[in-house]
Amino acid sequence: MSDLQQLYQTIILEHAKARHGAVELTPLAEAVALGAAGGRRVAESHQINTTCGDEVTLRVSLGVGAETDSAVSDLVWTGEGCSISQASASILTDTLRGLSITSARALLDNFREMLRSRGKIEPDEEILGDAAAFGGVSRYPARVKCAMLPWVAFEAALIDAESH
Amino acid sequence: MTSFAPSSALSPAHGAQHPELAPLTNIDVERIRNDFPVLHQTVNGHPLVYLDSGATSQNPISVMEAEQEYYEQRNAAVHRGAHTLAVEATEGFEAAREKVAAFVGAQTDEIVWTSNATEGINLLAYSFSNASLGLGGPAARRFSLGAGDEIVVTEMEHHANLIPWQQLALRTGATLRFIPVLDDGTLDLLAAADVVGPHTRLLAFTHGSNVTGTINPVAELVALARRVGALVVLDACQTVPHLPVDVKALDVDFAVFSGHKMLGPTGIGALYGKAELLADMPPFLTGGSMITTVDMTQAEFLAPPQRFEAGTQRISQAIALAAAVDYLSETGMDRVHAWEAQLGQRLVAGLAEIPGVRLLGPGLGVERLGLAAVDVAGVHAHDVGQFLDDAGIAVRVGHHCAQPLHRRLGVTASTRASTYLYNTTDEVDLFLATLAEVAPFFGVKQ
Repeated sequence: MSDLQQLYQTIILEHAKARHGAVELTPLAEAVALGAAGGRRVAESHQINTTCGDEVTLRVSLGVGAETDSAVSDLVWTGEGCSISQASASILTDTLRGLSITSARALLDNFREMLRSRGKIEPDEEILGDAAAFGGVSRYPARVKCAMLPWVAFEAALIDAESH
Repeated sequence: MTSFAPSSALSPAHGAQHPELAPLTNIDVERIRNDFPVLHQTVNGHPLVYLDSGATSQNPISVMEAEQEYYEQRNAAVHRGAHTLAVEATEGFEAAREKVAAFVGAQTDEIVWTSNATEGINLLAYSFSNASLGLGGPAARRFSLGAGDEIVVTEMEHHANLIPWQQLALRTGATLRFIPVLDDGTLDLLAAADVVGPHTRLLAFTHGSNVTGTINPVAELVALARRVGALVVLDACQTVPHLPVDVKALDVDFAVFSGHKMLGPTGIGALYGKAELLADMPPFLTGGSMITTVDMTQAEFLAPPQRFEAGTQRISQAIALAAAVDYLSETGMDRVHAWEAQLGQRLVAGLAEIPGVRLLGPGLGVERLGLAAVDVAGVHAHDVGQFLDDAGIAVRVGHHCAQPLHRRLGVTASTRASTYLYNTTDEVDLFLATLAEVAPFFGVKQ
């Protein structure tokens, strides 16, 4: 595989088109009220990559209660940008939905460490699942921000939701 | 000095007229390329094709040597020492001003050194801001702005010629208005005649667009401003490096340009201002080297250009920029202009042949700079740029510091190839051929 094919793995190009979890977001206040009625804490974060103008708004719902205590019960997003940032948002929703907050944070940390390693850390597929496909991105420092964009939004939205 | 041109071709007035020199060809350009070491390298396994001179240009050996020679033999603070090195440094610094002034058709004392064009525009905006506060006395009142006054820009401006005016409007209570852009990326001149009205005090616009390559009709816009007595500020960042520019012939009040876009180093640029206007303007940055007498409560200022050059100046950069001007003048700005116009048309013609590629700005046959920005349907500009970089081709991707213009043209980002005197037709063709492979690679069906 060439470097370029390593960067743009088939799974990334497919997710960039499929955009799992991409929806037209309802007004946040409505979603928060609706969530509260169902016992869920809802928050979102809007992130912009200033170098290219890519943007992602990611909304997190945290379930509470006996069965779903402190779990990422839902993730939806909207945004536009390069195939790396869009695929990253799509894979993020598939990967983190349903995880406990602790597991989601651990996965986020692992993903970030791998991306910042300049290709030195082999992605752990057992932990990262499809997100391991971003291993090739870590060799392109200019693109790490693209891949991180939705994950940074997730991190900020999670902190916000927890504080509710 | 490794420049290819004979020294007998040293520029007259501002380097525009070279009837004795034939138009540039690829053979000349190959010789020119020998003066630019950075171009001779491989990137990602391919020979570098540098098509990002609109962002920053490369330096010929003579420019780098001028800067090195200065540091090796003449380095000293200018305008403040009596020793030999200080005198030599000052002479070199002022000779550079003279050379750059002549290059754009200005008087020497009408050129103020700045860090870049952005700083030049901010210098104007803050000087006018200070005038609006009453600084500079009665003479500076002509620059004073307040509620009811209007500043007019255009929708195609680089952020550098937009945000300083937005901020000036916020500080003074003036209103910012803009001349809209048409679908083809040119200015709506009919609307311009309405927008520039009796309350317009200042009209700021770009000479050539860094996105669409459009060259604006300066005379027509200056006439609109003169009709209502407004001052004219020209952003000449994309034109001074690429075509003969004579600020007197253009009859603008102020113009700015950056050294690093015209074969010079970073950190140096210039503001041109008509002598009688600079003379009445209060300073922006204040401090050493810009005063006559100082006591503990007040100071009196030097005449322009020193009034606007506080602190230790960019001496080596100014001297290196003069070497860049020599290089351009020896080549002949009319020849540079003609060569790049040819590359620009070649870009436009080739782009029209690639399915799914939309050119931003005027099409084939319309005068443009030697650059072209495109939208590739279904592929984000960042991905386009990555694909090209993998083939060794350096282009600019993103909004090129012109978000409003991109929004107006219905895209958030674009991919821009911008040429200079050291680019060959083969390089343009390679860019076009590689761009044609982008959509298939990303699985986009045309």
